[in-house]
Amino acid sequence: MNSAVELKSLEKRFGKTEIIRGVSLDVKSGERHAVIGPNGAGKSTLFNLISGRFMPSSGSIHLRGENITGLRPFEINRRGLSRSFQVTNIFPRLSVWENVRCAVLWSKGYKYSFWRNIDKLEDVRARTQEILEQINMANRAEVPAGVLSYAEQRALEIGITIAGGADIILLDEPTAGMSRSETEYAVAMIRRVSEGRTLIIIEHDMGVVFDLADRISVLVYGQILATDVPAKIKSNAKVQEAYLGAAGHD
Amino acid sequence: MSDAAKAMPMASETSARARIKRYSVWIVAAALLLVMPYIFPSGASITTMCLMGIMIIFALSYNMLLGQSGMLSFGHAVYYGLAAFATAHMMNWAIKAGVPIPLPFMPIVGAAAGLVFGIIFGSVSTRRAGTVFAMISLGLAELVYSSSLILRSFFGGEEGISADRTKLVRFFGYNFGPQIQVYYLIAAWCLLCIILMYAITRTPLGRMCNAVRENPERVEFVGYNPQFVRFIAFSLAGLFAGVAGSLAAINIELAQASFVGAAQSGAVLLAAYIGGVAFFVGPILGAILVTLLSIKLSDFSEIWVLYFGILFITIIMFAPYGLSGLLMMHAQFWRGPLGSRISRLGKLLGAYLIAALPALIMLAGAILLIEMIHHVAQKGAEGANMHFLRRSYLTVNTHTAWPWIGGLVAMIGGFLAFRFTWPTVASAWHQALLDTQRSSK
Repeated sequence: MNSAVELKSLEKRFGKTEIIRGVSLDVKSGERHAVIGPNGAGKSTLFNLISGRFMPSSGSIHLRGENITGLRPFEINRRGLSRSFQVTNIFPRLSVWENVRCAVLWSKGYKYSFWRNIDKLEDVRARTQEILEQINMANRAEVPAGVLSYAEQRALEIGITIAGGADIILLDEPTAGMSRSETEYAVAMIRRVSEGRTLIIIEHDMGVVFDLADRISVLVYGQILATDVPAKIKSNAKVQEAYLGAAGHD
Repeated sequence: MSDAAKAMPMASETSARARIKRYSVWIVAAALLLVMPYIFPSGASITTMCLMGIMIIFALSYNMLLGQSGMLSFGHAVYYGLAAFATAHMMNWAIKAGVPIPLPFMPIVGAAAGLVFGIIFGSVSTRRAGTVFAMISLGLAELVYSSSLILRSFFGGEEGISADRTKLVRFFGYNFGPQIQVYYLIAAWCLLCIILMYAITRTPLGRMCNAVRENPERVEFVGYNPQFVRFIAFSLAGLFAGVAGSLAAINIELAQASFVGAAQSGAVLLAAYIGGVAFFVGPILGAILVTLLSIKLSDFSEIWVLYFGILFITIIMFAPYGLSGLLMMHAQFWRGPLGSRISRLGKLLGAYLIAALPALIMLAGAILLIEMIHHVAQKGAEGANMHFLRRSYLTVNTHTAWPWIGGLVAMIGGFLAFRFTWPTVASAWHQALLDTQRSSK
């Protein structure tokens, strides 16, 4: 199988504080890969490195074999990697429709055009509508994103993330702060929208992780403790000791 | 199915009816520009309307930065002023070299100059947003203004660069000597620029400008470079500011250093803000009001700039979305049967009038006090008598107690009475809301 995202001895320091301490990881194309670990393990930092938000202190990141270390976020996004954020990161005063449409535009090749009427771009309109239906928000299209409920904003966050048609999707705690039923609903949606793509997901809810993931990586204190299929992760003694034993019961 | 229909707000806008409705706005605007000189035929009115047209273009170009893309510029006059100088030089060159460029095409020179300087300065300043952008804009404005005092051959020193517009080759027999011909030249360019700037808001770039204003970081993760979005918006804003500056030079046949100055940059900020930056029409309303006030207020007071400042502060504090915001707040009552719309707004207007009377008394008292203080402090040598509002029939003796007491009583009494009428306005507003909800059910 081809590699979708490959990290080679990645390190990130903020001043003297080492957050990521030599992470090597190979995420295969088409797999659903979960990253778990205690708070402060560096999971979100890892996402920020992969998506270009932060520059790594050393090591390299490869996207389908191409070295993307040091590229800007939009350059990485144009190469087919898209991410969501742990803290909802949308366009609050724009409508739900506008939010999703902004995320569609580049993938349809319209770039910085200031001579085309946006409302007449049929492919953009159709794609935006398709995404809104996928995230079940077609009936909320005209609502300003800032007044949506929390769960709706999380759904919109995922909608923006997948709208550009990226085939590698990074989701940072998509179900955090959701009720049981909202979580089930969100997981069904994530399963649906990640069909046929590579998914890397940070998640605290072990039910979600073991349900969704093909493989799991356990990140503890900036290092990967183990990467394996869910059944083996569950029975891994090191993981039990470091993480699951404590966090699994809360 | 109705859900799907609702989910396609843009589809409904392309329907034939909406298209006619959309174009009808421009047809009405064109007709209005055409007949205005017949409604207000005096020379002073024509001059005022020329200035309004120029300010409308300038304020809308400013709003491409502030309202559309979230860039607070303190130096937008740079592009306006440099384009004015470029136009004046081009006119002089065309006259001297005998090149047949008629006057109506000169704003293209201004547009090009505005665009070029927008690209040059924009490539530096749009790398950052927020406070850093604002500070850089201020620095660039100072830089250009001080060069205008040094580079005398281009800026013409204190006299500026004058250019006789009538000496250019005629355009269909018009030499643009009479101001009315210049009015139509400005009106045509004004309408063209308004349409173009409106069209730009409805393009991929226009919408990404809004996205960058809202959340530049997220924009990076949907494939766009927010700096480049800002850069293009900035360059285009420079282009349209250039058209405005070019028309300003044509209008008074002169380009001066003050065109690139801080006061000019401040005026456009005020116009856009007073009109309201959240709506496309806002800067148009603001440009009209600010131009009118800056011409008319000086008929009534020497210290009109002070009142202008007070108006600006009042708007920022009590109506942060400006005039257009106030209008849009009332647009929500424009629903249901026509009769109920009119009666609803009529009742609200009645409440406003009740509150307006004490407000005016308060204002009159305050202005009387301010004017008397100004008279005593600045013009005591001219004697005790002051012409209030520059009207000789309103002569006030500042050395007697009564005007002072009267002003004070009017101000405080008016304020208290205004406070007293406020619940009437609040309840009228509440009633109008309830009424709208009832009739739209």
